[in-house]
Amino acid sequence: MCLGVPGKVVEWIDRDPVFGRALVEFGGIRRECHMACVPDAEVGNYVIVHAGIAITRVNEQDAERTLQDLAAIAEGLSARDEFNSAGTV
Amino acid sequence: MNTSIQWDRNCPIPIAADAQRISLAHGEGARLSRRLISEIILPRFATAANRGFADAATVTTIGCRLAICTDSHTVSPMFFPGGDLGSLSVYGTVNDLAVAGACPRWLTMSLIIEEGLPIAVLERILDSAAHAARECNVTIVAGDTKVVPRGAADGLFINTSGVGEMMDPVPPGPQSIQVGDKILISGPIGRHGIAVLSARESFAFDPAPLSDSGSVIHAVASLRNSVGEQLRTIRDATRGGVSAVLHEWATECGHTFEVTEARVPVTDEVRGACELLGLDPLYVANEGTIVVAVDPRFAEIAATALRRVPGCEQAAIIGHVQPQGISPVTIRRTFGSSQPLDEPSGALLPRIC
Amino acid sequence: MMKFIDEFRDPVLATELVRRIRATAKQPWVLMEVCGGQTHSLLRHGIDVELQDAVELIHGPGCPVCVTDISAIDLAQQLASLPGVMLASFGDMLRVPGSQGSLLTARAAGANVMMVYSPVDAVRHAQSHPELQVVFFAVGFETTAPATALAVLQAHQLGLENFSVLVSHVRVQPAMEVLMQAPDNRVQGFLAAGHVCSITGYDLYDDFAQRYRVPVVVTGFEPVDLLQGILECVTQLETGTAEVRNTYGRSVARFGNPAAQRVVETVYEIDDRAWRGFGVIPAGGYRLRENFATFDVQRRFGLTRSTETNDSATAQRCRAGEVLSGRLKPCDCPEFGTACTPDSPLGAPMVSSEGACAAWFRYHRGSKL
Repeated sequence: MCLGVPGKVVEWIDRDPVFGRALVEFGGIRRECHMACVPDAEVGNYVIVHAGIAITRVNEQDAERTLQDLAAIAEGLSARDEFNSAGTV
Repeated sequence: MNTSIQWDRNCPIPIAADAQRISLAHGEGARLSRRLISEIILPRFATAANRGFADAATVTTIGCRLAICTDSHTVSPMFFPGGDLGSLSVYGTVNDLAVAGACPRWLTMSLIIEEGLPIAVLERILDSAAHAARECNVTIVAGDTKVVPRGAADGLFINTSGVGEMMDPVPPGPQSIQVGDKILISGPIGRHGIAVLSARESFAFDPAPLSDSGSVIHAVASLRNSVGEQLRTIRDATRGGVSAVLHEWATECGHTFEVTEARVPVTDEVRGACELLGLDPLYVANEGTIVVAVDPRFAEIAATALRRVPGCEQAAIIGHVQPQGISPVTIRRTFGSSQPLDEPSGALLPRIC
Repeated sequence: MMKFIDEFRDPVLATELVRRIRATAKQPWVLMEVCGGQTHSLLRHGIDVELQDAVELIHGPGCPVCVTDISAIDLAQQLASLPGVMLASFGDMLRVPGSQGSLLTARAAGANVMMVYSPVDAVRHAQSHPELQVVFFAVGFETTAPATALAVLQAHQLGLENFSVLVSHVRVQPAMEVLMQAPDNRVQGFLAAGHVCSITGYDLYDDFAQRYRVPVVVTGFEPVDLLQGILECVTQLETGTAEVRNTYGRSVARFGNPAAQRVVETVYEIDDRAWRGFGVIPAGGYRLRENFATFDVQRRFGLTRSTETNDSATAQRCRAGEVLSGRLKPCDCPEFGTACTPDSPLGAPMVSSEGACAAWFRYHRGSKL
């Protein structure tokens, strides 16, 4: 369960604590999402949206760090490929 | 349940409370019926050849084989971004004829109208149908109207039958598909289903996703002109999407169809909507996008020819035919290994999980 | 390109993570992913096939649609058939069979059922249709509770008298406790549900991990996320560690989302809840707090709902409890693929697209794993 999709906050519409809404962009579409659980999200931030409400902000630094660590794995891979192909010539 | 509210909500033209509406009397065959036909329907479709109330239209053709098809159309909402029930009906039948290898020529159009439908809505639908017919060079030569009590039809049902002239070479059909053949798609998938679902359920996506409802005549012509003899079969991927078409073909020819997910074109709109709703575009309906099976040596030529057709710039080779395997249709996603792609079953329901 | 999704579907990274898992696991550890969305993703991307023989993945009771008690569905149908009532529901709930068909079949028979993407849309519908009593069927884990709680809060502030909620939320950790207490439990490590933890945080698993000596790894949903979670779990098991770790840091903080927790706690309090196939799980659900009780559908309509599960003869043939706790593989159920298919499901695990049996049917039909 929990189909939560990351989207970018493009515009705040209403900052009321209960009725707060913002326009969030997912790929090629935008939809108004309910922001009561992420009142501090700003335009440009990413949020995870589930059933029409933003349930959390995306920690972009953590995402970048994870992707960098994973990229190191990928680099290790290309180095290994070079090594392997050199061996088979 | 008051179904007649649905088309009011989605109709782009304002309907006043005292607007003129279709009543049961319009279907009785008497004065009101004649006025409905003579004032609203005929002027939109009349040609020099048929202007009256004859029971049957006569058409002339040079000796050749004919293709005939029929379809009934209902869509909720009746008006959706990118089209409406009127144009959808015409394109649907025109496309069925085109993919069969025929030049679409004549259509019939039967209307089953729900009592209470505003006449302005009917006029708008018919205008749209007439416009589509002109665009496709077909004439609507015969028709019928019936009016049913409130609640017995979802606003309006349309049946269209079409007749076309077969042109050589005729694609032999799915039973001719061979191992090694390539599968092509003429454009990004899932647009119609997402457009209609979004409009019907008021998901309030912005921009409102646009249907691909339209004629495939030019796409088919481009294929015929470039690889005519090497075509096995063509289908428009309507309800059930690309997956439904490939499953049907698999049943006909007994082989397995393998699709590579990364090759299948999807617009950013459909991508975003499908992620949000938890849907797979391969199961979502199209109304102007065709799936093609072709001799593999000519697949690139076919794809290039398609891409020259306006609206088909993203045409792509998306898969190939293999000997019968674990499943009639398989898909390669993350790991490059084949997963079964099941047949679509039942209505497309968005998930929260 | 969808940011924070596509990068985590990278096939090169996924393949390398599989290789690392295979290199790390010296025996086929038994892991459970608790969340139906994770099950769906594992099967869709073929991760269970890629890890065959290296790791055994048991699909846990993670689908709130699957575990919604039959009596709740029956009550929803009953309400939808009352004149003047509109029952609003998530799409995937519509197909689940109760003891007399599903909400979809009820709609075909004339019941007023509408699908919504968000519970707040149901509140809007109530606002614009004062002639209707709108009832929202509130299913889902802790992930969804903030959305339904917000709907109740908004209805409350708007002073709506025509909106109410059929509360059927379920809570994950109590179910994990029940699973670990079963005598024939085989689970050695858990992939904790990522988006549930976005709300609740994961410090609540510290005690659980220690007591049962099982690693609990907070995991996301994309292939790279799932594989990272599995790798962390397997690494811990190989080193004899049993700790709570978070591999979904971009969406989960240790203490979760306090704002979301406040919304939930304002409206709901913890309650016992019957789970389909499990019986009543203590603290396994939510109920509305007394000051919001006017929004409870049973209060609004003066109805009761049986606390016992109301299994019909058909439902009794369904072995949801055994499947959902990992004791029975879907393909080993005698009804699988014969009497029980997605088109004619005997129970919820075959109905919902991420139900363990439906997912198995879709992705592995014809092959046994």
